[in-house]
Amino acid sequence: MTRILSTAGTEFRIALRNRWVAIALVLMAVFSLVLSLAGSAPTGGLGVDRLSVIVASLTSLSVYLIPLLALLMSFDAIAGEAERGTLPLLLAYPTAREEVLIGKLLAHLAILTLAVLLGHGLAASVAFWTDENALDGLPALARLSWSSILLGATFLGAGYALSSLSRRPSGAAGLAIGLWLGLVVLYDLALLSAIVADNGGWFTTEAFPIALIANPADAFRLFNLTASGATAAAAGVAGAADAIPLWQSLTSVLLWPLVALALAAAAFRKVTP
Amino acid sequence: MTSTLTISDLTKRFGEIAALTGVSLSVAPGERVALLGHNGAGKSTLMKIILGLIPMTSGQVTICDAAPGSAAARSAVAYLPENAAFHPALTGLEQIRHYLRLRGESPSLAMGLLEKVGLAQAARRRIGTYSKGMRQRVGLAQTLIGHPRLLVLDEPTSGLDPVSRREFYALLDDLAAQGASILLSSHALTEVEARTDRILILSKGRLVAEGSLADLRRRANLPVTLHVTARNGYASDICAHLPESILVDGALHLTCPQSEKLETLGRITGLGDKVADLDVLPPSLEDLYAHFSRGPQP
Repeated sequence: MTRILSTAGTEFRIALRNRWVAIALVLMAVFSLVLSLAGSAPTGGLGVDRLSVIVASLTSLSVYLIPLLALLMSFDAIAGEAERGTLPLLLAYPTAREEVLIGKLLAHLAILTLAVLLGHGLAASVAFWTDENALDGLPALARLSWSSILLGATFLGAGYALSSLSRRPSGAAGLAIGLWLGLVVLYDLALLSAIVADNGGWFTTEAFPIALIANPADAFRLFNLTASGATAAAAGVAGAADAIPLWQSLTSVLLWPLVALALAAAAFRKVTP
Repeated sequence: MTSTLTISDLTKRFGEIAALTGVSLSVAPGERVALLGHNGAGKSTLMKIILGLIPMTSGQVTICDAAPGSAAARSAVAYLPENAAFHPALTGLEQIRHYLRLRGESPSLAMGLLEKVGLAQAARRRIGTYSKGMRQRVGLAQTLIGHPRLLVLDEPTSGLDPVSRREFYALLDDLAAQGASILLSSHALTEVEARTDRILILSKGRLVAEGSLADLRRRANLPVTLHVTARNGYASDICAHLPESILVDGALHLTCPQSEKLETLGRITGLGDKVADLDVLPPSLEDLYAHFSRGPQP
């Protein structure tokens, strides 16, 4: 335990000095503020409180931003150590590779958590300031917060796995951007075009829901939109949220961090310094 | 006493390339052993196998009765990699405190370790601002953590100035006196000569020679070089008595086999007053190293 905490403390200090903490906090704060201040138009007479609407916008933002932040923080974790030449010495120490990974994960997850809490806190302040019914949206915001952190953990794990596989920071960065583009952007586009081509056949009814749940980013979006009943505010593939039961997307949200971490551990175990 | 490190018939292949072939050796507690070899002779590979960083193809390695890479072996072994590197954003003190905690020791010992290697002044500066020699000292400081039974040091004195080297070997002497075994590789043959108990020469992945310096000298049987300085005007006279000598800058240089050393010395002293000075130069470690590295001897 001491070894994990010491690794986490050291990694947090490094991230603080490399400005990663500042970058994550500022990004989340700015985007959350912009969304909550500018995204106020659709409330009107819908009978939905201000905060719930902000949560729906924040969900769409988080799907892009959280994975990106997580991958940016994690791609260097193993490959950077290998390139600097610090890996052989570290692995000669009496510490298990899993302990190294968990230590790094704790530090990076702490930074993401700080960023998420700051961003969501600012968004809630804006909502409370302008709408006295905003309290109604608090459960949805809390749900968004913890599921964002789990989404971050998933992509941190994926980043460590890619970092172990490529062994060079430049290669790992390329793989990380590729993964982000693939899972967060292109995946949905591919599904949409498949649905259009399929025209209501087997793919749309059988494969499509599974494909959505299998992708951690889509599962995260579905979970938050279904849970808050905000599917009306959703667009694109997320419009399918009604068709998929909540427990399925929740299971995906909860399982993916463990799967990603297991993949990272397996990849890191194969690294020979 | 049982040995700290035992290696028997170790072979390591990278695909078709044999990096190490049939290497056997052992290091006793308190023994200082130098590993010599060209670049690519297999020194670093051997060290990484001892540390459990890379698997061996065949053979057996035991460190304090444990398998390399096991938790027991890793807590018994300290390692200094070639060109020790650390995260540039951390200070020397933070880095050593982290290493102390990884070994289950109190982080409050960090300043004392840095003082030992002469880094107390720079302890609170980031490692990114350190010179190569200073980074090497951070590396040395972390090898002193706890009470390692075996120190594996890859080129430990590279980047250190002569005074620091002497201090470093003094630290090693202390550790060896407390029973730690030391296996180090070095290119600085002259310092290895004075500061180790035994020398191993690795060539193309095979152990070609092993023994104390005196042993190796006897076995190699390399010629001895004699430098004779003549009194003014007698150089040509001496030349005539020692036909095998050559005149270099007013001094006469000659070489003879070990077996004829005493006889040759006798002939030179027989010249009496004509000789101003005489130096006997035994074959250097460089010569021995070149001799044994050349491959199998007839």
